[in-house]
Amino acid sequence: MAYKIVRKEVLNPQIFLMEVEAPLVARKAEPGQFIILRIDEYGERVPFTVADFDREKGTVTIIVQIVGKTTRDLAQVEEGEYLLDFAGPLGMPTPLEGIKKVAVIGGGLGTAIAYPQAKKLHNLGADVTVITGFRDKSLIILEDELKAVSDKLIITTDDGSNGVKGFVTERLQELIDAGEKFDEVIAIGPLIMMKNVCKVTEPYGIKTTVSMNPVMIDGTGMCGGCRIIVGGETKFACVDGPDFDGHKIDWDSAMKRGRMFREYEQRSCDEGHCRIGRSNNNA
Amino acid sequence: MPNMRADKNPMPEQAPDVRNKNFLEVTTGYTEEMARDEADRCLNCKNKPCMNGCPVSVKIPEFISFIKTGDFEGAYQKIKETNALPAVCGRVCPQETQCESKCVRGIKNDPVGIGRLERFVADWHMANVEEKIEKPKPNGKKVAVVGSGPSGLTAAGDLAKRGYSVTVYEAFHTAGGVLMYGIPEFRLPKDIVQKEIANLKAMGVDIQTNVIIGKTIMVDELLDDMGYDAVYIGSGAGLPSFMGIEGESLNGVYSANEFLTRINLMKGYKFPEYDTPVYVGKNVAVLGGGNVAMDAARSAKRLGAENVYIVYRRGKQELPARAEEVEHAEQEGIVFKLLQNPTRFIGDENGWVKQMEVIHMELGEPDASGRRRPVPVEGSEEILDIDTVVVSIGQTPNPLIRKTTKGLETNRHGCIVADEATGKTSREHVYAGGDVVTGAATVILAMGAGKAAAEAIDKELSE
Repeated sequence: MAYKIVRKEVLNPQIFLMEVEAPLVARKAEPGQFIILRIDEYGERVPFTVADFDREKGTVTIIVQIVGKTTRDLAQVEEGEYLLDFAGPLGMPTPLEGIKKVAVIGGGLGTAIAYPQAKKLHNLGADVTVITGFRDKSLIILEDELKAVSDKLIITTDDGSNGVKGFVTERLQELIDAGEKFDEVIAIGPLIMMKNVCKVTEPYGIKTTVSMNPVMIDGTGMCGGCRIIVGGETKFACVDGPDFDGHKIDWDSAMKRGRMFREYEQRSCDEGHCRIGRSNNNA
Repeated sequence: MPNMRADKNPMPEQAPDVRNKNFLEVTTGYTEEMARDEADRCLNCKNKPCMNGCPVSVKIPEFISFIKTGDFEGAYQKIKETNALPAVCGRVCPQETQCESKCVRGIKNDPVGIGRLERFVADWHMANVEEKIEKPKPNGKKVAVVGSGPSGLTAAGDLAKRGYSVTVYEAFHTAGGVLMYGIPEFRLPKDIVQKEIANLKAMGVDIQTNVIIGKTIMVDELLDDMGYDAVYIGSGAGLPSFMGIEGESLNGVYSANEFLTRINLMKGYKFPEYDTPVYVGKNVAVLGGGNVAMDAARSAKRLGAENVYIVYRRGKQELPARAEEVEHAEQEGIVFKLLQNPTRFIGDENGWVKQMEVIHMELGEPDASGRRRPVPVEGSEEILDIDTVVVSIGQTPNPLIRKTTKGLETNRHGCIVADEATGKTSREHVYAGGDVVTGAATVILAMGAGKAAAEAIDKELSE
C-alpha cells in the first residue's frame, strides 16, 4: 500500500503543494488536523497540516516548505510517484462553528494552513478577514484562493515589495485601532509570529487560537515528544491540539524545544541517506 | 534417567563489554547438545505444575520430551498448538515468575530452562523448516482486530485458523506493536517478529497499517458500515506517564516510548543512514525499574553514553523487571541508583537539561501492591549531573478509542473494562484484551487475553 501523488505544484521557490491519494484520510479530514507521512523505508515520520481535501476524489493536499532533510527529499518526489506512508487525520479539528467575525492570520507557509480554516469559516457564513505575511513579493502564495474565501484580504511583505510593507501584527493592530471588532483571531505561522499576534490581541481580550507544529513521531499520543506547556499544564500537541489558546502557551519553552534536534537536522542533510536522482517507486 | 545436574545449562551470550557497543542479540541461544542436555533435566512430572504458570498453557513437558529424542520439529509443533509466537516468548517472557517458578526442579536447584528451550525450538524451526502454511477454509465471517501487538496478533492468528476473515488495523507504518517499537533489537531481533507476521499474512490475515482506529475509522463504523461481525481491541498501553515535576519539558528529557521508538522502529541507532535522530548525552538517567527502563538504559549505553543510571524509588528486590534483564544491565555497566526519586530537572539557558535533583527514600509499610512503600528521607536531596533523561515510569491506554466509542465502559485508569475469561466489553460484539484492559503488563499476558477472546468470539459467532 502506497500513496500516489496525483498533483504537484511549485508555489514559490521554497514552497510546493502535493495532492495525495489517501481516501481513508480524505473521508475524515477537517481543517486544523494533520497527517504524518514517511517518504520511504529510511524516512522520518513528519507531520504536515491538512491544507485541503477532496472527499469525492479521495485526496488530501499538503503544502510543504523546504526547511530540512525530509522536506528537501520530498521536493524530489514527483507527480505520479508514491509516498510509502500517509496516516491520519490526526489531532482535533479547529472549532470554527459560531464565529461571526474573524481575522485569520498566516505567516509564510502558515498561509497554506490558514487557507482551509478561512474557507470553512467563509462557508459557515462568518465575516472573514485574512492577513498574510511573506518576506517578499516572490514568496506570496494562494492569493487567488484566499481572495475567494475572504471578505477582506491583506497581504503584507517584510520588504514592502508588493506595496504593503511590514508584519502581519502591524496590519492586525491597524484594523483593531480602526475599530474592527473580531470575536476571534486564528494565527498560523512561525512561533515568533504567533507569539507576537498573541501580544497584540491580549490587551483587548480577543480570543486567539494558534496552531502548534512541534516535533513528533507517532501523532497519536504515544511518544510525548510534542509536549507543550499550556496554562501551566503539559499538553500533547498531537492529541490535545494542534490548536491551543495562544494566550496560555509558554512560548519560551516551545521555542527551545523546537531547537532540540537542530544539529541532527544539519547532519542528516549533510551525511544522510541520499534520495536525489532516485525515483520513488514505492508502489 | 533424568539429568540431575543442579544448575541450568548457561545461555551462551556476547561478552558484556562487547555487546554494550552493538545492537546484535545479547544471547545467542542453545546448541542442539545443550538443548538435549537441558531437556534431560525435566522430570516429566505427571501433574505438570509448570503449565499452570503459563498464561497460554504451553504443553511444556510434552514439548521437552520431543527435544529429549532430538525431534525438534515435533517439539515446535507441540508449542505451536497453544502459543502463536514461540520465538518471541522464549526471549521475552518472565519465566522466573511463570512456568519456571512452578518447576519441581526449582525447589532445590535451578528450574529447567523452559524459556531457553522454547527459544531453541523456535529458532531451530525457523532455520531448518520451510514453513508450509495452509489457508484455512473461510467460514464467511469477518473480524476486525485493532492493534498488531502480541495480543492482536494472537487473536488474529487464532481466528484465522478457525476460518474467519481477519483484518488487523495498525496505527504505525509497521505491524508488531511493542515488539517492534518498544523491545530493542538486542533482546528481540525484528526479523523474528516480521517472520511471525509474514506467517499470519500467509494464513490470510490482512494487515492494514497507517490506520488509526478512533481517527481514520471508528469502532462503530467497523461494525455498522464495514460488515465486521466482531471487533477485538488490543491497542495496548501507549500513553506515556510523566513525573509531573519541574523541568520535565526541557530538551533532553524523553518518554521511554519516544526514546525507544526512535531507536527501534525508526532505526535511530543507524542515523544518519536512517533519517530519525536520537540524542544521547554523556550522563543518562533512566527513571523507573521495569523492563522498559532496562531496555532504555541498555540502549543508551550502546549509543555511547558514558554513565547510565537506573533511578528507582524502591530497592533491588522490588525492581519489576525480569531478573535476566537486571543482571544483563548490571553486567553491561548500568549503575543502579536505588531508593532515590527525582524531584526536579535543572536546565541551562538554552533549555537543555543539565542536572537532576533526587531525594533519597527508605522503605516503609507495605502499600496496596504489597510492596513496601518508599518514603522520602527529609533533607537527603542530592544533585546529579545529567544531560539526558528517559522517563520510564509506566504507560496507560491511549484515549482515542474510548473517546470515540459510545457505551464502551472504561475504569478510572482509562483501561477498557472487559471480562477476564472472554474479553467481552460493555459493547455488544466488541472484545478487548492485553494492556488496554490490564494496563502495562507483559507480552505473554496480552497473548493469553488475545487467545481467550478469539475463543469467545468464535463461540459467539458460531451460535
